Amino acid sequence: MTNESVKNIRIKWDGFVKKIDAFCHKIKFDSWKGWIYLSPAIVLLMIFTVWPIFNTVRYAFLEGYEGMAALSGKTFEVGFGNFEYVLGYQNFQRCLFNTIILCVLTVPISTFLALLIAVCLNSIKFLNRFLQTIYFLPYVTNSIAIGMVFAAMFNIVGYNHQNIENSVSLGIVNNVIQFFGGEPINWINMYSGYWENIWVMVIYIVWNALPFKILILLGGLQSVNKQYYDAAKIDSTPKWRVFTKITVPLLSPMIAYVVITGFIGGFKEYSSIVGIFDADMGPPGDRGRLNTMVGYIYDAINGASKQYGRASAAAIILFIIIFAVTMVNLYVSKKKTHY
Amino acid sequence: MSEVNSNSNINEAVTPSKTITTMVERDMKKVSNAQLVKKILSNVAIYLFLIAIAIIVLFPFYWMIISSLKSLEEYKLSTPTLFPEKIMFVNYVKAFSQGNLGTLFINTVYVGVVSTIFSLVITVLSAFAFARLEFKGKDTLFALLLATMMIPGELFTITNYSTVHKFGWMNTYTVLIVPFLVSVFYIYLLKQNFLQIPNELYLAAKVDGTKDLKYLWKVMIPLAFPTLISITILKMMGSWNSYMWPNLVTKSENMQLVTNGLRNAFTEATSGETDFPVQMAAVAIVSAPLFVVFLFFRKYIMKGVSRSGIKG
Repeated sequence: MTNESVKNIRIKWDGFVKKIDAFCHKIKFDSWKGWIYLSPAIVLLMIFTVWPIFNTVRYAFLEGYEGMAALSGKTFEVGFGNFEYVLGYQNFQRCLFNTIILCVLTVPISTFLALLIAVCLNSIKFLNRFLQTIYFLPYVTNSIAIGMVFAAMFNIVGYNHQNIENSVSLGIVNNVIQFFGGEPINWINMYSGYWENIWVMVIYIVWNALPFKILILLGGLQSVNKQYYDAAKIDSTPKWRVFTKITVPLLSPMIAYVVITGFIGGFKEYSSIVGIFDADMGPPGDRGRLNTMVGYIYDAINGASKQYGRASAAAIILFIIIFAVTMVNLYVSKKKTHY
Repeated sequence: MSEVNSNSNINEAVTPSKTITTMVERDMKKVSNAQLVKKILSNVAIYLFLIAIAIIVLFPFYWMIISSLKSLEEYKLSTPTLFPEKIMFVNYVKAFSQGNLGTLFINTVYVGVVSTIFSLVITVLSAFAFARLEFKGKDTLFALLLATMMIPGELFTITNYSTVHKFGWMNTYTVLIVPFLVSVFYIYLLKQNFLQIPNELYLAAKVDGTKDLKYLWKVMIPLAFPTLISITILKMMGSWNSYMWPNLVTKSENMQLVTNGLRNAFTEATSGETDFPVQMAAVAIVSAPLFVVFLFFRKYIMKGVSRSGIKG
């Protein structure tokens, strides 16, 4: 091949590439490329995220919509029937009550405890990393599995209804209570009281929620400007005052974040209760006593008739509650946070 | 006269000031002594508090392990033993066979690995598109995606359950993997990381005629590797811990994941009696992989978690 012909081929090739470039430019391929990269995500999101939003709203407003009946060709009227049914249904009210109680108890307790631990942890050097790792351990657990451990710790083996002290084994928690001179309590066995059950749940949920909160608050503390504390030291401000007047205000964005995520998680509480009380969601003999909003939704779709309508109505109520609580939290924190 | 006067004046002036300085010094000393005692006391209090909390945090793990090594008779003693008299490793063997844990493990690992790989590919492609490519409607689309993060997952579950029912996916691996492949949060996380990589690198690569995919593979992915590890671990932990969805869509025992098989496997159907040591052994077996992962990837997990606020 001569140099000439190579040159010719080159020129032709360049022209060809230029033409393709022009064509790509004409159909705006660059603009399409983004969509091509996004296509797998978009297809999946369309099916499993976007469509469900519309469809769940549709289910909620079709009165008494049931999956099984719909398959056999039944049609449903449009209306607020599902919402009326769900809100008036005693079982649902109980679920709502349980969920709110658990939220109201666990979020403040865990936030306050996490704040205290984070502040203490931030003030020490020796053992700091070690303790930090230990406190994070509950996060890397399976909530059902460790729930079973808590259940074993509170459980009374061979429960004797007439005389609790004559039971076979009272469980380690009751042993500890007895060691300190208290009376053993029937926490989760048959005939146990509602509030005893709730306290077991609160202890477990707080234990489970601490790691995340400590991590966030400690991260916040480490980024706080040390000058404020030095100024307080010169003025010899008492520790409690430093805590309420410097630490809390400076940390308020993180506290707000932790409280908001805590409420969102709290309203979706479900698997921790399964861990302790089994899928029955209550102590033996009182099925569903501790059921929650998510548990109600789950039961409705898992039942034989597949009550999608009621489940959807409950899910939308859950969404509205979470949305409202988040908005209130944001509003309050905006007023109270100092930057 | 005047000299003497002035002298005495000076003396008078000096002596009180001397006493004052010594008094101040003494006070300072007193204060610092008191402060030192106070500081030591408060430090002791802080350490006591922190160690007490650490014991409470660790106690369930301790109880799980020693209970799993006890015989049932020892477990039922009215005064519990804090260390097993006779170590029963056989509980672990029992747990593995009785609880069908082998199948559950294989299922969970398979679902975890496959869904993580696909999820990573989708996340990387999407994050790259959002971070580097220009196209119409990019910002609107991203805002819409972020908005879906506000909606609780239970709202999707209902329709998804009916969808997979219609697709005929019940009791398959597909149903456990596909619906959760795309996570808007992971896309967001990775996009933020990609944006930190200077755009000049991308432009330079373009001038050199490097293809986008090659650039993504050779430059972006290595630079964003820590984030990708965080995503991988969180995703794997998510499938290890998921309970509600697998419980809904897998009714046959051969398809269940660990969490679903765990809860009821050790209660005898007839008597309702639970073999607690074996149950605790099973719990320990299920918890162990999580701890191993945590030991090796503590940094990535904590970093990922502090940015997510989502469990799993």
